[in-house]
Amino acid sequence: MPEFQNVFTRVQVKGPSHIGVELPRGSWERTGKPFHLYLLGLIGDAQIGPIYLGFSGIASAICGFIAFEIIGLNFLASVNWSPAQFVRQLFWLGLEPPAPAYGLHIPPLAEGGWWGIAGFFLTASILLWWVRMYRRAAALGLGSHTAWAFASAIWLYLVLGFIRPLLMGCWCESVPFGIFPHLDWTAAFSLRYGNLFYNPFHMLSIAFLYGSAVIFAMHGGTVLATTRFGSEREVEQIVDRGTAGERAALFWRWTMGFNATFESIHRWGWWFAVLVTLTGGIGILLTGTVVDNWYLWGVKHGIAAPWPNVFPPVVDPLTLATGVGK
Amino acid sequence: MNTPIQAALAAVGAAVVVVGGMLLAVTERPPIDGIQRGFRGSGLVQLYNPRFLADKEAENVIPASLPRLPAAGAKAGVVYKNVQVLKDVSVGNFTRLMASMSTWVAPQVGCAYCHDVNNMASDALYTKVVARRMIQMVQHINSDWKTHVAETGVVCYTCHRGNPVPKNIWFADPGPEGTPGYTPAVGKNHPATVAGITALPLDPFTPFLLGDQNIRVQPTEALPGTDNSSIKQTEWTYSLMMNFSQSLGVNCDYCHNSRAFRDWDQSPPQRATAWYGIRMVRDLNNNYLVPLTPVFPASRLGPLGDGPKVYCATCHNGVYKPLFGISMAKDFPELTTVSK
Repeated sequence: MPEFQNVFTRVQVKGPSHIGVELPRGSWERTGKPFHLYLLGLIGDAQIGPIYLGFSGIASAICGFIAFEIIGLNFLASVNWSPAQFVRQLFWLGLEPPAPAYGLHIPPLAEGGWWGIAGFFLTASILLWWVRMYRRAAALGLGSHTAWAFASAIWLYLVLGFIRPLLMGCWCESVPFGIFPHLDWTAAFSLRYGNLFYNPFHMLSIAFLYGSAVIFAMHGGTVLATTRFGSEREVEQIVDRGTAGERAALFWRWTMGFNATFESIHRWGWWFAVLVTLTGGIGILLTGTVVDNWYLWGVKHGIAAPWPNVFPPVVDPLTLATGVGK
Repeated sequence: MNTPIQAALAAVGAAVVVVGGMLLAVTERPPIDGIQRGFRGSGLVQLYNPRFLADKEAENVIPASLPRLPAAGAKAGVVYKNVQVLKDVSVGNFTRLMASMSTWVAPQVGCAYCHDVNNMASDALYTKVVARRMIQMVQHINSDWKTHVAETGVVCYTCHRGNPVPKNIWFADPGPEGTPGYTPAVGKNHPATVAGITALPLDPFTPFLLGDQNIRVQPTEALPGTDNSSIKQTEWTYSLMMNFSQSLGVNCDYCHNSRAFRDWDQSPPQRATAWYGIRMVRDLNNNYLVPLTPVFPASRLGPLGDGPKVYCATCHNGVYKPLFGISMAKDFPELTTVSK
């Protein structure tokens, strides 16, 4: 009798490939002959395929490919088509949004136009993938929870790259493509707007982000710890609470005085994850449009505590008429 | 079916290990010492790695100064021909300074690096013309820029360290040209060695340390409407500040309270010293280094034909105070006043 109670799955069930349930009328065929991979079975289901392509899936993949190519070829062009330099500098290469002078106008291809086209196709790809996710869930008779959670992430993406630049009246406010360039941009964004840590929605987003990790760990740990009592059948235990659910609930009531239920814990997890990007997007949307310097806003509203000054008084030399500035 | 895919997975695994190893290799191995400077709990801490600190100390040992002679006897301007700057220095101390300069700047070649040894008065070698201007520059720094160098001052050795050309100088660097029609050469998005190997602008010097572009990008008001600085502009300031940080071997909070970078009321006093330093470097580049460009041979010029210029690291060499604050200038008073 195999046991299923460890952090690493020690059970791999081998059986005939599962082709899937009947699809509603109008659906495409699922394609590909399924096969099994032992290594993948160690971290998930060993069965690969069949895959459902569908219109939105294929259209999303094509748009994604176009965006990927535009970005990659611009990277390659920025190192004069040198494959060696492309590999060496890959993390540094970037595709920048237009300069501030262009505002919301469409710039020439070489001045940010490529950035706009890449952004358009990437956005189309992401939105089509959302449609695919929603429709596949519906086809299987599932709820649309995953699609709406993904929509929350898309909201943050759209705020950063589209909605906020529109409100600011400048594509230049948007994010460059590139590994380090977008990270440098993030730091510069916080610097320009006077420290994003004093943005309450940024605070909320971080709290939900870290909270998601904690809740995920708590739930995963609880289920793994009680599988020997049958808690991997957690959905059954929602309505017919067995000893696994009882013990898990008791454990949390003992350790922290309160417990989520086998039903509500999934709501906790879903909302925490969804609220990361929902609040984050609001925080970005308010930056520059409603608040220009979050630290000073924090001072104004009493959330930035004054510290005792341990340094001798310093005066901005620009305000001194020493004549030495020249 | 399984074998090639397993082989592919194994290859991916190996690649992950290699890339991960490379990423770890460029990071700094502990121990890291933290030295608190601001109010407790505020995280205003300078980080040092004692292993590197020992190297830095070894690199910044000052050479012994030759004994100073009494300022008596004939003046250099009377005894030697073509002395234009140090005319009023006694022959003994003039010779002492010349000997010191040869060990500071050209220890291998000696006097002949700047002088035609058959005619010491000749200005035939470009190095002599540059050296004369550099003496004037040192005098100018020590007498007019006390706001930055205080009484510590500088001498040739502060930058040269036994090298004819100081190790840390800069030339204009617009970055690779790229291909016409594609993403423009925006002066960034390549490894910026002057800015902590980020993808930030490659040449923060030209706008800020040669030109006097505005460095301040943080609004002074909480609400919008007063500040038009862009995020792109901020990246240029950010690059300059990263360069300061690596030039001095310090964290941001050596000069700033990082929760409010712009706020002078919360800043450590070093920020004001740095402010004067920025003005000093602009002055030196525009009035001393750039005018020397036609004097230099092509081999001393940058890829775009501009002359060598200075920035913080030229003197600081990765240390918060050049030579850890030991004054060499006090032994060479002829370098601390501007010659008439």
